Amino acid sequence: MLAPEQNWWKPLGRLEKTWLTVALVWCIFLTVMMPLWYYMGKQNVPAETYRTTPQQYAATVNEFVAQYQVGEENSVPVVAPPPGSDVYLRASAWQWYPILQLEKGKEYRLHISSMDYAHGFSLQPVNINLEVLPGYDYVATITPTSSGEFTIVCNEYCFLGHHTMVGKIIVK
Amino acid sequence: MATLAPTFPWAKDSKDDYRTCPVLTLKVDMHAERLIIANAVMAVVTLTIGGIAALLIALTRWQAVHLLDATWFYRLLTIHGIDMLIAWMVFFEIAGLHFGSTVLLNARHAAPKTAWFAFILMTVGGLMANVVVLIDPRNTVAYTAYMPLKASPLFYLSYILFAVGALIAVITFFINIVVAKREKRFEGSLPLVAFGFMTAAILATYTLLQGAAAVVPAFLWSAGILSNFDPGIYRNFFWGFGHPAQQVNLAAMISIWYSLAQITVGIRPVNEKFSRLAFVLYLFFINLGSAHHLLVDPGLSFSWKAVNTSYAMYLAVLGSMMHAFSIPAALEVALRAKGYRKGLFGWLRNAPWGEPGFAALVVSMVMFGWIGGVTGVVIGTEQINLLVHNTMRLPGHFHATVVSGTTTAFMGFTYYIIPLIFRKELKLKKWAVWQPYVFGGGMLLVSLGMIVSGLQGVSRRNWDITFSGVVPGTIELSLAIFGIGAIIAVIGGIMYVAIVLTSILTGPRLEASKLLLVSGDNNPVLESTKLTEHDLESKQNQPKGSFVLVIAFLVWFAVYYLTNWWLLGRTWFIR
Repeated sequence: MLAPEQNWWKPLGRLEKTWLTVALVWCIFLTVMMPLWYYMGKQNVPAETYRTTPQQYAATVNEFVAQYQVGEENSVPVVAPPPGSDVYLRASAWQWYPILQLEKGKEYRLHISSMDYAHGFSLQPVNINLEVLPGYDYVATITPTSSGEFTIVCNEYCFLGHHTMVGKIIVK
Repeated sequence: MATLAPTFPWAKDSKDDYRTCPVLTLKVDMHAERLIIANAVMAVVTLTIGGIAALLIALTRWQAVHLLDATWFYRLLTIHGIDMLIAWMVFFEIAGLHFGSTVLLNARHAAPKTAWFAFILMTVGGLMANVVVLIDPRNTVAYTAYMPLKASPLFYLSYILFAVGALIAVITFFINIVVAKREKRFEGSLPLVAFGFMTAAILATYTLLQGAAAVVPAFLWSAGILSNFDPGIYRNFFWGFGHPAQQVNLAAMISIWYSLAQITVGIRPVNEKFSRLAFVLYLFFINLGSAHHLLVDPGLSFSWKAVNTSYAMYLAVLGSMMHAFSIPAALEVALRAKGYRKGLFGWLRNAPWGEPGFAALVVSMVMFGWIGGVTGVVIGTEQINLLVHNTMRLPGHFHATVVSGTTTAFMGFTYYIIPLIFRKELKLKKWAVWQPYVFGGGMLLVSLGMIVSGLQGVSRRNWDITFSGVVPGTIELSLAIFGIGAIIAVIGGIMYVAIVLTSILTGPRLEASKLLLVSGDNNPVLESTKLTEHDLESKQNQPKGSFVLVIAFLVWFAVYYLTNWWLLGRTWFIR
């Protein structure tokens, strides 16, 4: 709160210097970890994105469902696409469409886009979370490493029915 | 030798209206005093509204209680965000800016009319935001109002009014500094606290401009003038406002930390250069933080996110780590110089734990750094964000920073503003002694409950997560911890509001006679001027204990950070 003396540009003390060095080294380590994991890690944030429109994307989803539908649950189609293929998931207030049936250990190109608001793709309990925006076709190349039934929770607030927006992925 | 800013003859202009503070021997311009009081009062008013909302939404998320229906939950969630994160913070900061640019510099307020205009805009905007959310169901859009959720034009207009008011108030800060310098109210460099406020003000300027880039187009779109506005671009600009706004809070809070340390212990910054460089690092790098909110958004490349989320090279984090050492070190040196030299932590045992300002300082620093800072860096790591985005770990992080950190510091500072600026005796002093610990303890449970829930996949902003059917039973426990913590924290908040209201509404106006509230009649600020270079440099006064503390902090930081990489490695493969 007091005015400093006229010349306050003074060399740092020994402990200050040591801490500054330690902290800087730690910051460099934090910085290096991200590119390191980018090249070596198996879990990276998808970046592949295409422009789309809700109409165009909805048409693609319908085509996809018609091609690979194997069943129905609570009037939502269950779709089993072949491994390695493009898989389409549609978010809208307040539904994830369709239910996907995947195989463990196989890779899929999972497309996600929204018909209306921003939504959040939150796959539980494996805890993978992605933002879903209208107009953006976001492509995540995923490989399920566990089997069972997984829930997709919407975790981006999308107006009053937000908490009812729950979907499903089945891994066999 | 540091001295109090020398007192210059007041401006020749006879219209000047001032008094001399008997405790700090600083001149207080009455215009500035009234502006500080007005802004501080609005801060407490909005804190109270936001606090009521906080209690109700916490009691809803506590699954066993589940108080509100969904509509009211989302409505009060919106109110809570607006009143706490925007109104309470900014009103208090504007009070701080008026204080830092006048009282601390022995200077007058050079543009009081403009500052009052700014205050009126902010008040109208802030109250209007509350009203339109309460009466118009369209405006239940959460305070972030992500497009294409469409609120009514009045909602965006209230944001614009508030932000324009804040921007004008910030401009008067710069005017005051320039005028004070020209009128030679102070000599040499700005005091460190004013320097920190200057950092906050510069950050606030471009923060508010980015806010305009998000909210003005949204307003035009809502009014039907603009046909489309990209939701991704909105998010980028919104967080160009929302994230740096938290760094304004950070810079203001650290200025308050230095103030509280000086008021309660009489520190002298061990090395002015060190502390100032840390503020400058904020200035240059912290504006990149918008990316923290976009790490799992479509359309952005790895390199863009990695550079931005890490503030170039974690250089703003480095700034915080510097303050994390320099403030405890300054406390330690000052206490050692008073003779508390036993062992590594003898100074800490003899610190004034019963003085509200010191209690608030310690609670704020520990919670901000050990919980808020560490979780923030982890969440902001590009890949780890996959595990965290929009889960409850996020509010767990920012309740540790903005609430346990900034709010506790602001509350502690209020107790000194009341006698010095409001010129009222502080009432309920015993409550004030306990208040920081009660509030901090409650908030600790809140943050831990949220973080542990989030680790189990519970999403934020969700009225009832049990809909999803998969969340494990242990979330009942972590949400209960969160709920109980919220009740304790709200009790701490009620204590604060009660102390403030009782003090300013009862009792006569009284010039303050002493600085400390409970721990003695001495004046640490004046005493700190007696700290010599010799005291700072003498071997037995070296801050060895603080060094051990920051090393312990770093170990905890590393453990939490590496654990999160391990967690990420266990989930599905994704690229």
